[in-house]
Amino acid sequence: MEHTDLFMLIYIFALACFVGFELIAKVPPTLHTPLMSGSNAISGITIVGAIIATGIEALNLATILGIVAIIFATTNVVGGYLVTDRMLKMFKKK
Amino acid sequence: MEMYKDILVNTVYLIASFLFIFGIKMLSSPTKARKGNFYSAVGMFLAVVVTLLNEHILTYEYILIGIVIGSAIGSVLALKVEMTAMPQMVGLLNGFGGGASALVGLTEYFQILDPTVTRVEEFTIKMAITIALSIIIGGITFTGSLVAFGKLQGIVSGNVIKFPLQHPLNLLLLVGVFGLMVVGAIYPTDQTIFLVILGISLLLGILLVIPIGGADMPVAISLLNSYSGIAASATGFVIDNNMLIIAGALVGASGIILTNIMCKAMNRSLLNVVMGGWGQNAAAEASSGTKKEVIVKSIDSEEAAMIFSAASSVMVIPGYGMAVAQAQHAVKELMDVLNKKGCDVKFAIHPVAGRMPGHMNILLAESNVPYEKLYALEDINEEFTNTDISLIIGANDVVNPAARNNPASPIYGMPILNADHSKTVIIIKRSMAAGYAGIDNELFYNQNTLMYFGDAKEAINKLNNELKNLS
Repeated sequence: MEHTDLFMLIYIFALACFVGFELIAKVPPTLHTPLMSGSNAISGITIVGAIIATGIEALNLATILGIVAIIFATTNVVGGYLVTDRMLKMFKKK
Repeated sequence: MEMYKDILVNTVYLIASFLFIFGIKMLSSPTKARKGNFYSAVGMFLAVVVTLLNEHILTYEYILIGIVIGSAIGSVLALKVEMTAMPQMVGLLNGFGGGASALVGLTEYFQILDPTVTRVEEFTIKMAITIALSIIIGGITFTGSLVAFGKLQGIVSGNVIKFPLQHPLNLLLLVGVFGLMVVGAIYPTDQTIFLVILGISLLLGILLVIPIGGADMPVAISLLNSYSGIAASATGFVIDNNMLIIAGALVGASGIILTNIMCKAMNRSLLNVVMGGWGQNAAAEASSGTKKEVIVKSIDSEEAAMIFSAASSVMVIPGYGMAVAQAQHAVKELMDVLNKKGCDVKFAIHPVAGRMPGHMNILLAESNVPYEKLYALEDINEEFTNTDISLIIGANDVVNPAARNNPASPIYGMPILNADHSKTVIIIKRSMAAGYAGIDNELFYNQNTLMYFGDAKEAINKLNNELKNLS
């Protein structure tokens, strides 16, 4: 049972990688910095794992680590999206 | 009830995954990119909200404290940062992402071990390995990004830092940490193993980035970006969450593509960049062998203005020096002055100009240069032969003809902008110092090259004033 589950996850990972390669190869060089900060914000998705890990117990070492994880991930998410928006706002046509 | 909740949560995760994919897809066009980023942020918001509904969550106060603090730090960073400091900003954010993944791995680990929760039976080999991977990749990303941030910010020396046995040591640590991962899978309840894994990973992050020099930072930042995504995916494996795996894989792929583009633009392998750049000795030999007494022609602002007022087409080639001097607004003003005289101004941007992919583009966008005036190397290189003036601002190696015609040069084979093919080349430079690669640039001594010495911003401002006086 566990093996099929694990393979399912690996399938998803591999297919998502292909989707990523296809999509990102089309991003023009002009937008490479926003692409980086924007995709960087997406990697803050770890916040979901941090929330689940932090909330399920009373305060102990694990919860403290979890809180720090939430702070890190939220900084990543909020900072990433905001700074990307700030940059993309500047891209104007003539 | 529980079942419906489960369906709801998973449906929202699916929608969030779609929004991430659409968001990235829309980044391929400057007109849609902002909306794409917004969709992606909506996906993230939905994912967070629905996660808070998780039935295992007992207390919300700690979660909210974390979210509030993180949002405050993130907002301040994002709104205060200067556009010229964007590379270190992205480096720092990469670090936070990686750090979060490592911490979630650790948190999961301690919770499974906690006797009061009795989840020890969950400790399968898969669990132990994915937790270890989360810690390893996240830990390397965390400290590696902090070092990259320090180098770009000038806190840590931006030079190539080398010491004896550096590469064997890194290799040993790398093999060691993955070996420990296997040991950890066999003895999952031994905390020491996992803490040592954490320690080695943090150390490796530092050691792996320290030998990378300033101008190789575009590669390092792209690579760390990729790691932060893969770390998020690893966390997805730990908590069995498809959305994390998909989002992480997208970011991982993005970082790898950018890394590859940067390496190609320098005609170097990733391994060569990671190992610490152009051999300093090779560069020294290449330049000392050909040292000859040559005279450069230097001009002042008045002469420069005369030449510019006669030109009908100008190609600007910006480099890291433009960012350092904060000269992007002066450059835009020059563009306006020249346009008013009927002179066409275009920008030719080398993929590795600056300290991160697209660095020059955001600076010029900040100063309101329309993006259709910014051209990539392969789209513009033919046009130099029809260009009156190539104006090089703080760029060096990316216009060095040695890359084309001197097989002994360390940068031989690197694609360069053919500035030397234009009628006149004007180089704004502070001094005659060699570029990052430490090699002489023969372009400085060409018949049609004029050196205009000075700080980029001041020099261009003076030029603008002279040009305005002429008309």
